[in-house]
Parts: sequence; structure tokens; C-alpha cells
Amino acid sequence: MLWKVLLLLGLSSAWAQKLCSPGASDGYKVRLSINSALGDQAYVWNENEMFLFRATLAFAMRTYSDGQEYDVANVVVCDETPRVSFWFVVTSPLDASLLVDKRRVEEAVRKSRSRINSAFLLTDDTLEFIGIPPTLEAPVAPDTPPWLIAFGVVMGGVGAGIVVLLVSSVVQKIRKKRDGEEETGGKTENEAASDAIYNMSFSDDEPVTQM
Amino acid sequence: MGEAKDSGVEERPKWDNKFQYLLTCIGFAVGLGNVWRFPYLCQIYGGGAFLIPYMIALVFEGIPLLYLELAIGQRLRMGSIGVWNSISPLLGGLGIASMLVSFLVGLFYNTILAWVLWYFFHSFQNPLPWSQCPLNDNLTGFNVECVKSTPSNYFWYRETLNITPDIETNGSLNWWMVVCLASAWSILYICFIKGISSIGKAMYVTATFPYLVLTIFLIRALTLPGAADGLLYLFTPDWEVLKNPQVWLDAATQIFFSLSVAFGGLIAFSSYNAEKNNCERDAVLVGVINSATSIYASIPIFSILGFKANTAYNSCMKENILALTNHFEFSDQNITVDNYDHWVEYLNRTSSGELTRVDLKPCDLQEFLDQSASGTGLAFIVFTEAVVEMPGSQIWAILFFIMLFSLGLSSMFGQIEGVLTPINDLKVVPKWIPHELVTGVVCLISFLTALIFTQGSGNYWVEVFNSYVGSVPLLIIAFFELTGVAYGRGMKTFSEDIYFMTGKRPNIFWKACWMVISPLMLLVVLVAYVVIQAQKHPSYPTWNPAYDLFPKTEDKPYPDWVFAIIILLCVLPVISIPLVAIYRLICSRIKKSGGHVDLNPNSNGGFEVET
Repeated sequence: MLWKVLLLLGLSSAWAQKLCSPGASDGYKVRLSINSALGDQAYVWNENEMFLFRATLAFAMRTYSDGQEYDVANVVVCDETPRVSFWFVVTSPLDASLLVDKRRVEEAVRKSRSRINSAFLLTDDTLEFIGIPPTLEAPVAPDTPPWLIAFGVVMGGVGAGIVVLLVSSVVQKIRKKRDGEEETGGKTENEAASDAIYNMSFSDDEPVTQM
Repeated sequence: MGEAKDSGVEERPKWDNKFQYLLTCIGFAVGLGNVWRFPYLCQIYGGGAFLIPYMIALVFEGIPLLYLELAIGQRLRMGSIGVWNSISPLLGGLGIASMLVSFLVGLFYNTILAWVLWYFFHSFQNPLPWSQCPLNDNLTGFNVECVKSTPSNYFWYRETLNITPDIETNGSLNWWMVVCLASAWSILYICFIKGISSIGKAMYVTATFPYLVLTIFLIRALTLPGAADGLLYLFTPDWEVLKNPQVWLDAATQIFFSLSVAFGGLIAFSSYNAEKNNCERDAVLVGVINSATSIYASIPIFSILGFKANTAYNSCMKENILALTNHFEFSDQNITVDNYDHWVEYLNRTSSGELTRVDLKPCDLQEFLDQSASGTGLAFIVFTEAVVEMPGSQIWAILFFIMLFSLGLSSMFGQIEGVLTPINDLKVVPKWIPHELVTGVVCLISFLTALIFTQGSGNYWVEVFNSYVGSVPLLIIAFFELTGVAYGRGMKTFSEDIYFMTGKRPNIFWKACWMVISPLMLLVVLVAYVVIQAQKHPSYPTWNPAYDLFPKTEDKPYPDWVFAIIILLCVLPVISIPLVAIYRLICSRIKKSGGHVDLNPNSNGGFEVET
């Protein structure tokens, strides 16, 4: 009895291995760069991590594919290398000898990419599915471009400064003219070192002695 | 500010103190060229060896010219037009030439400041906009032009300049550039509103701030990895270059343009000085500080360029390592930058066939260091790329662009002063028009004329102006300045002037320089410059995305009408020198038949020399 069970197990695993091979038409190659991503905090890749990968992929197929109950056994992995890269295929839960179509697998992986990445603490660059390019994030476009804000602040200050300085000089001039008109007869203090000699006895409509 | 007194005598504006005056002269001399032209020349001309022709040019050409300009401005107490009219009516055209050159150079120089402002406004974002490529229209990938070149190139050529493929295609006015240009002229105007009292105060900030930022950059840059490579590369002397005459020519030209002589700005600044001021010491101080700043600035610049080369080298190596690791399925991070060579050797021995299948790029640190750049390329492309790699990039970008803006603004003060002071001295403007209005009108006219630099082909026009207005006319003006004072005014009279101002006569060194050495050097530089320019039909590099070898720039020759404009730009400023001389000669001949008109410089009836 035992040998029958063993024979069946051996046959099924051999069967599964035949489904998964490098370059399989319905499979994808996965490449992980754990040391590059995590440095000192890198974990060791072992059977348990592989189990997690298969479980995550089964989750992705369950959620984003046709809704069938995919199990860990439905994700078959082969050709593991020390790089940490391997091929995988997904078998249908209804029939273990049938492979799920490549495009369905791709769609499921695409949609759950961030979940898969975060399960392994990796990013789009360090957890690669060869043949499935990551979707690019749409850029965040703020309502007002930030440079206009900086520009507004600076130019607001400059404009205010110009207005203030111009107004102050105009006010100064008006004030000086008023002071000058009030002292039509006398000498102003400004005539300190001038060459013109103000002759009081000739004070008329020409307060300025022409040089 | 000069106040109109009741008696009608206007007192000339004065500097608040000597320090303000010195700071303004230093600020005028120290400009963008100290930061982005000198380090480049040092690099391509054999590092430390370049300092020798540079110092020789400084001592025999730069400082004597500086001393001359400061002395005549201080003695004759007028702007460039008044000063040259005083020295000899035949030389009156020199002042007009200086004024025109100052105006034309001010046009494109402020455009560069507008570009700096644009980058400054964009430094307040995270991530910096020149660090990544924008997505293309249907969001499937990155913008093609950006991918082929680099994000900083794309940001500079497309998003800042929106450059056209050549100078003939005008493109439209880029509204964002117009806005930035208006900002630059407004900031300039607010500093100029009160004349030299506001400039002097603004100078306290704009002339000292760059030194602060350079020091901060120096400290930061020296701690970056790869800084030592950059510095070694910069300063390793290659004595062979001293045999190349081009090096001596470039050293002389660099000193000349770096000190900002012949613009008339220095004459204007020193005319506001007290009469008895030791201008000899001022000239030596300004000249030495200018050169010292150039050398000081090249240290952080080259540390950062070394860092950038180091980063580029590391990325190149990492790409190769990834290619190898992926192909041979080795464990991640087994191959590192350090043991890369061992691995390649090992793989060559064991499986060289496989090795050839891997696409390995040649990574050479020297090649990355050789990617030199000067001018706007250094500031807006190379340096911005380096800043992106540094932690805290926004701060460094903001500091860098404020520094560039201060450097440029303090030089712009001299340019505009070289235009305003002659206008004031010529008394062409009626007295009831306030000074602020004249300044405003000059700024407005300059802004409107500079709008040609804001269109798509603007960068090409800036290059035209930079290469041709800011070179040959200045050399000609300086040559006539030297000969005009040394032989027109006479060395004896000039020595008396200096004795009056400083209390001692100039010694034999100065006399020899003014009379023989400096004019000779200038003549040689001028002739060599013209000969080299005339040897080939001038061409210019263009940014053409449709070019086969894009992202390399395509060299196109200037079309004929642009060539005509170039000739015009070279000739127009200096044409006034012979024209005025001939006009005055003719006038004197005509009047000689009627009355007596003196061509003697000391009896100039138009201007009153204050004693």
C-alpha cells in the first residue's frame, strides 16, 4: 500500500515538474535581489520564504482572477538558482494538469503587485517578474505649481518694497518743497557749502542766485 | 542721493564708507565667471599649471588696468563719458562705447539671472523636478526626449528654455521666462531705486553671501565620496600646457573679463569716492580678492564634480554587476564594486564564451572626470545632477542658486551703473525728472529689449551676445583707455593726479605697465582673438531632438544674417570711438577758422571739474 502512495506522489510531482520548466510558455521568471534591497536586514531565502511566495501568488489569483479557490499547491515552482530566481506556473484548481493562461496570471500579478512587494519587503526593482513591467505611478500634479508660490512670495515682497520706497521718496520731496516754501525769506540750512551767496536785500521771485 | 539745493549746485552722491565702496567693486568684479569659467579653464589647461599664466596676466595686465580706471574715475569724478571727454575731446567716443557695451552685456546677463531665478523657484519641490523624467502623454512610459538624454538636460533644454532646433526658428515667447525676466529686472530696480545708497546697502548682502555659501559648500563637498578624485584632477599640474599659446591667450582673456574693466562701471563707482583715497591699494586689493575668489570657488566646484564622477562611475559599475549577476545567476551582492575585477578575470578564464554574451559597458572614472562643462552647462546641468545625489538636495539647490543670483546681481549693479552714471553726467535728462524714473525707464527698456532672449531660440542669442559683445569691443575699449591715458593725458599729468589723490607718485612698475606692457599684452590678445575667430566660419551647438546622434549637440554654422548681426554687435559699440574723434577734429577745424577751440584736455568747457 505504501509503495502505491509513494508512486503516486512521485508521479504527481514529476507531472508537476513537467508542467513547469524554464522558458515555459505559460510561466514567468521571478528574480529577487534581497541583499541589494535590504543590506544588513536581509533575510535568508529558504523553503518557508518560497512557501510564502506561492501563497501570495495563490492569493493574487484568488482575488484578481476568476475567483476560483487557488491553493498553494496550484503554484508550481522550478529551476531555483542561488541568485534567487525561479520559474513558476499556475495550475487550475479544477484540473492539476491544466495551466492557467499567461495573460490571466499577468493580470493578477499586475493588480496585486504592491501586496506581493510588501509581503517580501521589496520594491518593483528588487522583485522582478520578467515580462511583466510595473505600471508607472501617475505623477501627482498639484493645483498650483509650487514654483508659482515661491515666485509669488518673492515678487510680492519686491513689489511691495518698490511701492514703499517710491512713495517714501515722493513724500520726502513733497515735504521738502513745503519746507522750502515756508522759508521764502530766510536761508535754509542746506546752503552750507554752496558757492551761491544769498543776498537778502534782493529777495524777489528769484530766490536762486544764478551762477 | 544728490539733492537739488536752492543754489543749483548738485552734490555728487557718496559712499557711506570705504568698506561699502570696496565691497561694491569686489562684487562687480566677482561674478558668475569666477564660479563657472575659471574652474573649467583650470581643468582643461592642466590644473595647477594654469595658475602661472593666470597670475602673470593678473600682475601685468589686470591690476594696472584696474588701477588706471579707479584712478581716473576718482580724480575726474564723472562717469565714463564725462571722464573721457575730460581727458581728451577726441576720446569722447570711449565713454559712449563703454556705455553701449554695458547696456548690451546687461541685457543678456540679466537673462542668465532670470534662468537662475527659475531654478531657484523650482528648488522648493520634493522631488526636485530635474531629478526624474516626466511621463509621456499616454502614461505608458517616460518622455522620449528625456529618456534619450538625461532628466537635467531635459529640464534645462525643454522645460526651462523650450529650445528650438536652431537659431533661425524663433519659437514663441515663453511666458514663464518673461515672468522670470520681469522678476529679475524688478529685483534689480528695487536695489537701484535710491542710487548708490541703496546699492551700497544691497552690496553688504549680495557681495558677502556668495562667500558664505561657497564655504558651506566647501565643507559639505570635502566630505562627499569622490571629492578627492575631483580635487586631484583639478590641481594636478600638467606643465606641458604652458607651451600652448592658446593657454596664455585664455589666461589673459579670463583675467580681463573677470575684472570687469572697460565697462565704465568701475569708473562710475570710484567717481563717488572721496578725492583723497588710496586707489592703488584699492586696485591691488580688488584684483587679488577677485583671483583668490576664483581659486577658492574652484575647490568646492571640483569636489562636487569629483563626487558626481564617482557616483556615475559607481552606477556604471552597478549596472555591469547586475548584468553579470543576472546572466550567471550568482547570488545577489556576491560581486561588488571592489571585487568586480577579480570576478571578471575569473569568468574570463572559466567561461569566456558566456562572458562575451553579457553586455558590459566600459566604466572609466577618468572619462567621467573629463566630462567638463563651463558656463550655463556647468550650473544648470552638471551641478544640478550632482545636487540631486546629495542628501538634502533641496537645501543645496536653494543655496547654490541664491549664491549664483547674488554673484550675478552684484555684477549687474556695475553694468547698470555704467549706463546710468553717464546719462546723469551728460545732463540729457531734465532736472525735474526724478532719478527713480530714469532708472525705471532704463530697466524697462532693457527688459523689453531682452525679451528676444525669452523666446525659443533665446539661448542661442545669449551665446551670440556673450561671445561677441562681451569680448572684442571690451578689448578695443581697454586698449584705447590705456593709450588714451598714458599718451593722451600724458604720464606726467597722470602721475600728478595720483600724487594729488594718494600722496605718492606711481613707481616705475606702474608706469612701465601703463605705457608699454599692458597695451602690448592687450594688443596681442586682441589680434590673436580676432585671428582665431576669423579662421573658421563660426558655428554653434544646437539641441535638436531629431538629430541622429541625439543627445549629442549638433553643430550648425551661423546663417548669414546672424553673422551680419554678429559683425554689427562687434562693430557698433566701438564705432563711436573713431566717429567722435573725427567729429571733434572736424568741429575744431571749422571753429579754428572762426575762433579758438582748444583740444587741450584741461580746458574743456562742457564739464566742471570739482576741486
